Amino acid sequence: MEDWKSNSRVFATLAAPGTVWLLIFFLIPLGFLFVLSFSEKALIDGQVSINEYDYLTGFSNYIRSINPDIISIFIRTLWWSALATIACLFVGYPIAFGICFMPEKWRPLALLLIVLPFWINLLIRTYALKTTLGTRGVINTALGWIGIEPIQMLSTTPAVIFGLVYVFLPFMILPLYSTIERLDKSYLEASLDLGASQRQTFFKVTLPLTMPGVVTGIILVFIPCLGMFLIPDELGNTRSWMIGNVIQAQFGASNDWPFGSALSFILMLLTFLVLFMQWGFERRSKGVKAT
Amino acid sequence: MADRLRPGVGPLEFGKRRWLQSLFLATLFVLYLPIFVLVAFSFNEQNRGGVWRGFTFENYPKAWNNQSIFDAMVNSLSIAVIATVVSTVIGTTVAVMLWRFRFPFKPAYEAAMGLPIVIPEICMGVAMLMFFNATGMTSLFTGTGWPLNLSTIIIAHIAFCFPFVAIVVRSRLVGFNKQLEEASRDLGASEWQTFTKVLVPFMQPGLVAGALLAFTLSLDDFVITFFTAGPETVTFPVKIYSMVKTGVKYEVNAASTVLIVITIAATVLAMKMQTSDKPGH
Repeated sequence: MEDWKSNSRVFATLAAPGTVWLLIFFLIPLGFLFVLSFSEKALIDGQVSINEYDYLTGFSNYIRSINPDIISIFIRTLWWSALATIACLFVGYPIAFGICFMPEKWRPLALLLIVLPFWINLLIRTYALKTTLGTRGVINTALGWIGIEPIQMLSTTPAVIFGLVYVFLPFMILPLYSTIERLDKSYLEASLDLGASQRQTFFKVTLPLTMPGVVTGIILVFIPCLGMFLIPDELGNTRSWMIGNVIQAQFGASNDWPFGSALSFILMLLTFLVLFMQWGFERRSKGVKAT
Repeated sequence: MADRLRPGVGPLEFGKRRWLQSLFLATLFVLYLPIFVLVAFSFNEQNRGGVWRGFTFENYPKAWNNQSIFDAMVNSLSIAVIATVVSTVIGTTVAVMLWRFRFPFKPAYEAAMGLPIVIPEICMGVAMLMFFNATGMTSLFTGTGWPLNLSTIIIAHIAFCFPFVAIVVRSRLVGFNKQLEEASRDLGASEWQTFTKVLVPFMQPGLVAGALLAFTLSLDDFVITFFTAGPETVTFPVKIYSMVKTGVKYEVNAASTVLIVITIAATVLAMKMQTSDKPGH
């Protein structure tokens, strides 16, 4: 690798477009968000203004966030994201494992089939889920044929969690697949030869060695779940709001941008906390590296 | 456990385990059922109700002639194309720069580049909304007509697409034999010639993969578009969102089916290119 000073003209040419774009159209907007989260709506002639702000007035929006309603929504968001992540892990691990042990010529196809829905537009998939789960949707129609009364599936909590799993499952399977594939299968043979049961082999050999893939999968599912507002909006009801819905409302109907900015910042901090935990894990782990 | 295996299935032949096979098939069923239903209903005769009335192709010309759906689709595709081109160029320069040079605070720089990828979309969306409003860009581009009125969306899309391109291209560059670059310079080629004649041909599969990733990311995006769209610009995902709220017609199914076909074609193409172009060292 060259030092940047050895060819500073080329370095500057290559560095400029990305740096400028990132700075102006990403970091500065985040700065706006940060500033507004410490601001309040301006009072003009005793009236709360719609779009004028008093900047940097203090922590009022963060203090407002510490109320039971918001805290319970944050807890619900974390809890549901965790449930969806665990469900993805329990379904995704055996599937990734199974694909790795398929005959080689079938593996790319199997993987493609699992990943393909992920490339399809999220809105289209959500809409598809909505029509499938509806009271007059396909599942209830099929149930009707065997004489079962329609079940209310939409606008329920399980529907939201199912939606999250449905949308993010490929995120779990991909990193798991790439770690399990690189796992040296002779370790498993050795373990079985030396008298360990399949269960022991799985928990003492396979799982520890593929832990980095598990962690990457958890991160890739958990983080986008935290910020999701579409799925609770479409598949849930007003009592199944996650924090994303609250933020969206502040920038829509509730029109309280400073409060929305503060909530966004708390959400971002949560995300960084999760990433920090992953970083800590990676420093300690010695397994197969997931990329 | 080993003693409970069916005859002919070795202890490590997990691909032959019935429960793994059934789980795999069940998952595929769950993943594809809603999509299949959506596609099937795009051929349904009567609107609404969710009941099958009979087979027809009518919804497709209807969707094509529905001005608002058509415009939304054109907007989505134009945004995706422009954002792809620009983010591929920017992402590539970033990748080459990070691969080639050592500079102070590089880890911090790389972390900043990764931010658009890791922060929740909704945070980026509201930040862009605020930025475009405060700088007057939203009103600046309103009423300028296609494609200028898409500028805010395109800018935001580029901002979250190019770091992905940079990652893809950089992972391709890892396999590059630096001596080729040195040889090219020793033989008298300029920086630019070396870049276009040696580096770009080598990076090509990475460029294509990165571009296709950017294209699908842009086409797929709802959250950031939702917040950055001006009052008169609707993209296809935003259109579906509003139509689902008001009750959907099967024309949307038809348009969605078209988009699904485009996406699947692009994905399969990308996969084909990646498998046929393994790094050739």
